[in-house]
Amino acid sequence: MKPFAYERATDPGAAATLVADSTETVYLAGGTNLVDLMKLGVTEPAMLVDITGLPYDTIEHRPDGGVLIGALVPGSRLAGDPGIRERFPALAEALLSGASGQLRTVATTGGNLLQRTRCVYFQDVTKPCNKRRPGTGCSAIQGLHRDLAVLGTSDSCVAGHPSDMAVAMAALDAVVHLRRVNGSTRTVSLNEFYLLPGDTPDRETVLQPGDLITGVELPPPPEGAAMSYRKVRDRWSYAFALVSVAAVAATDTDGTLREIRLGLGGVGVRPWRAREAERLLTGRRPTEESLREAARAEFAPARPLPQNAFKIDLAVDVITSAVRDLVGGQRR
Amino acid sequence: MTTIQRTVGAEVARVEGREKVTGTALYAYEYPVPDALYAWAIQSTIPRGRVRALDTAAALALPGVVAVLDSHNVFRLRPTDAPELAVLQSPDIAHRGQIVAAVVADTYETARQAAAAVRIEYDVDDHDSELMDGDPRIFVPETVNGGHPGLMEKGDVEAALAAAPVVLDVTYTTPPEHTSTMEPHATIAVWDGDDSLTLYNGDQGPWMTADRLAAMFGLPEGAVRVVADHTGGGFGSKAVPRPPTVLAALAARAVGRPVKVAATRQQMFTMVSYRTPTLQRIRLGAERTGKLTAIWHDALQQSSTLTPYCEQTVTPTRVMYAARHRRTVHRLAQLDVPTPSWMRAPGEAPGMFALESAMDELAVELGMDPIELRVVNEPSVDPETGHPFSSRNLVACLREGAARFGWAGRDPAPGRRREGNWLVGTGVAAGNYPALTRPSTATARAEPAGGFTVRIAASDIGTGARTALTQVAADELGVEIDRVTLDIGRSAYGQAPWAGGSMGLSSWGWAVAKACRALAKRLDELSGALPPGGLEAQGDTTEDVEARGAFSRHAFGAQFAEVRVDAVTGQVRVDRLLGMFAAGRIINPRTARSQLRGGMCMGLSTALYENLETDPRFGDFANHDLATYHIAAHADVRDVQAHWLEEDDDELNPMGSKGVGELGIVGTAAAIANAVYHATGVRVRDLPITVERVRAGLSAR
Repeated sequence: MKPFAYERATDPGAAATLVADSTETVYLAGGTNLVDLMKLGVTEPAMLVDITGLPYDTIEHRPDGGVLIGALVPGSRLAGDPGIRERFPALAEALLSGASGQLRTVATTGGNLLQRTRCVYFQDVTKPCNKRRPGTGCSAIQGLHRDLAVLGTSDSCVAGHPSDMAVAMAALDAVVHLRRVNGSTRTVSLNEFYLLPGDTPDRETVLQPGDLITGVELPPPPEGAAMSYRKVRDRWSYAFALVSVAAVAATDTDGTLREIRLGLGGVGVRPWRAREAERLLTGRRPTEESLREAARAEFAPARPLPQNAFKIDLAVDVITSAVRDLVGGQRR
Repeated sequence: MTTIQRTVGAEVARVEGREKVTGTALYAYEYPVPDALYAWAIQSTIPRGRVRALDTAAALALPGVVAVLDSHNVFRLRPTDAPELAVLQSPDIAHRGQIVAAVVADTYETARQAAAAVRIEYDVDDHDSELMDGDPRIFVPETVNGGHPGLMEKGDVEAALAAAPVVLDVTYTTPPEHTSTMEPHATIAVWDGDDSLTLYNGDQGPWMTADRLAAMFGLPEGAVRVVADHTGGGFGSKAVPRPPTVLAALAARAVGRPVKVAATRQQMFTMVSYRTPTLQRIRLGAERTGKLTAIWHDALQQSSTLTPYCEQTVTPTRVMYAARHRRTVHRLAQLDVPTPSWMRAPGEAPGMFALESAMDELAVELGMDPIELRVVNEPSVDPETGHPFSSRNLVACLREGAARFGWAGRDPAPGRRREGNWLVGTGVAAGNYPALTRPSTATARAEPAGGFTVRIAASDIGTGARTALTQVAADELGVEIDRVTLDIGRSAYGQAPWAGGSMGLSSWGWAVAKACRALAKRLDELSGALPPGGLEAQGDTTEDVEARGAFSRHAFGAQFAEVRVDAVTGQVRVDRLLGMFAAGRIINPRTARSQLRGGMCMGLSTALYENLETDPRFGDFANHDLATYHIAAHADVRDVQAHWLEEDDDELNPMGSKGVGELGIVGTAAAIANAVYHATGVRVRDLPITVERVRAGLSAR
């Protein structure tokens, strides 16, 4: 572990300038992932700029039913927020299915979005990894890749995104609020926030040097929508998703799916929005068969590897079951 | 005259419990040793070859760095029968993760930083780290761990199998596993000159560690003292010294100051041993009545090229069931991998997963209740040695366990019970673990100020040994328990075996009882008139242990599991585990129950989660932290009950006790796998029972 400087930011502008000026300076929020990676030598920043004192720690519910979640809101508080539990239950469920009580207490909303992959080779500096050291090769494709992605992968990288929260947010059409280094703000749809690995798996998001996530906005969910988060994992707590499904469904009285949104975890290089499945299901009355077909279509471009091919059938089963239960629940 | 209540058999709370929960109990790394430096182990990043050159300039230039050690500048140890302990004795590399150098610095952080700055050049040799059946290097060891024969044969097993009306021939695999003790391996080494060494060490066997280290440093007995007042879990990985302990001693000697070493969670996986993977083939031949005619059990395992450690995986099969024709054999491949070693019930735990899964499969094949199948095959004497059992209550455990679990009326058909999306099933498995005893010594003192002190180089790794020994001592002395202080954890207290092989309490308790009995007798003779300096008596059980008769001594148990399997996803949940055990007299029900339940939880973990992923390209384990090496979490452990039968056995030791440290884990995984089969109709023969393995079976049905 390399020695590093530590600066406590009191002003976003000064913090951004520090980070923008050097590639070796990074923001520190909860630190639950960053500090581990520093200990392992995976990342070796020369300076940490602690932003936990900045004023991005509120949850603002809007009159239209939307919400702006401050980037520094910890997972435990977000999951326990009454408005979130009432209007965005899938988000609360996703948060509570991730990490542990201790971690959720310090891990922040913005930091959660920027979690790094838990690919074992990314975390082991003695082994090749294109994401950690571009051009060294991918150890996972021929090695241990059971937990890694089947959607959006490239020949360079099959690392998956580990977040549960972000999967629910993807299905909720979340918008990331950024403060740029010059003080201006911009917003990016969460579904456009992450880059596909391609030949440059070290580049993971659209963030520019000094960009600071200040919050995540959730628009009001579709009128009358039901939602859920289902997670399949190796043990019953404290494990990353093998497959997870965030489903948001609004149904007409005749059972037609007016709107359906599906976020998938555990299968993609990023929190995966299942657009193709949504397209096939929207405006139709779902049947067991049509649900399966739509889910399968989403995985048509998948690139399964020997150890993680099972995730495709598993995801199809969980998507089918999750949507069926949501729609059935609405009918009751 | 007051009556002293006997405490053996009482639910005495841990005597050091308050110290532990208030954080005042000292573990190895926490001893306040002045002037200590910190050593950071640098591990090989190649699986085979040698260190050609070491560039230490950048590391040595860092402020606070005192030394960089490698094979050129450390003390030359005497040859040892544990070659993995020959730390930094040569530039040769036998496995990835082997210690090839170390940085000593004034802080832990500086040592770690400097370690990253050391540049190592290697000569890389070809390596082979993959355990494959058919490898021409595979051999049958003459003896395996514990001194058991590698191969035992009786009758003509091939002919018996050919003639049997019902035959089962199945292969099971278990993955490598890691103890991952809560307290990582840690040592502080303090030399006094060149001829006296104190080691504060997380340790299951302080005297044995001291003995071994003294020999390696060419010192007389007693010149090395190990202090291990509290040890945060061992499971076998701290039963003998591991490389970090040797490194601490070498580093302290090299720099002339005390040195602290603590393995990180990641380093533990290649530095402090692991449980070997196994590939086990079982063939059973049976009559239609269920009577076994032939048992064939073959276990292939791995070790490093350093040492042919071979686990006793087929030995429980030698004890469990009667059959005239039998063949049980271990096979070993020495590969370019880290050295495996003991992990809770080494051999018995993986071996009984295979045997007890096979018995369940045979019961299905025969259309027979799995409990009845076991009862039918109950032997009257040890099936291999012909020795009588000192006590054997397997059938009673099965019967009583079945009654408590609610086994009666079970529909044997698989995949029939559905609750919503859940498939529900139950399973049973038997278990046994040898009741071992080794010679030990102890000292009992009547203190002039009142009260008694008993000293023994025992170790309490969380088992409750200190408490149980206090009970034994109090009863022998005929005093209240609070008048006895049990000092353990120090090699200076004399020869004693380790907390391992479930033999701790049997061995130490005997010596404690003997010393206390001798002291009580002398006090009687003096009519209570204590000399001014107090009075002391020794107990040495060497002759007593050797004089015992030829009996087959084992503890037995039966485990029952109820599981539910999500029919959509294949996720398994263990709703209930119930163990019924027979382990002689239970000294302390409270701590014994804790050990048994702990073993069962670990067995649950074995069944469903634990899996070190060997990466043959690199020669180590791809997963090496607790995020990727899964151990059962709280949410996975639901209703876990451990019960036992009263069991009298006069052929063990004065307490009549058998150990329970390992018995709890033996059979658990099979009971769960058998319950998964009953729930789903899917027989998973490869541990752990993962979602994809269950799903593959479900979709094949």
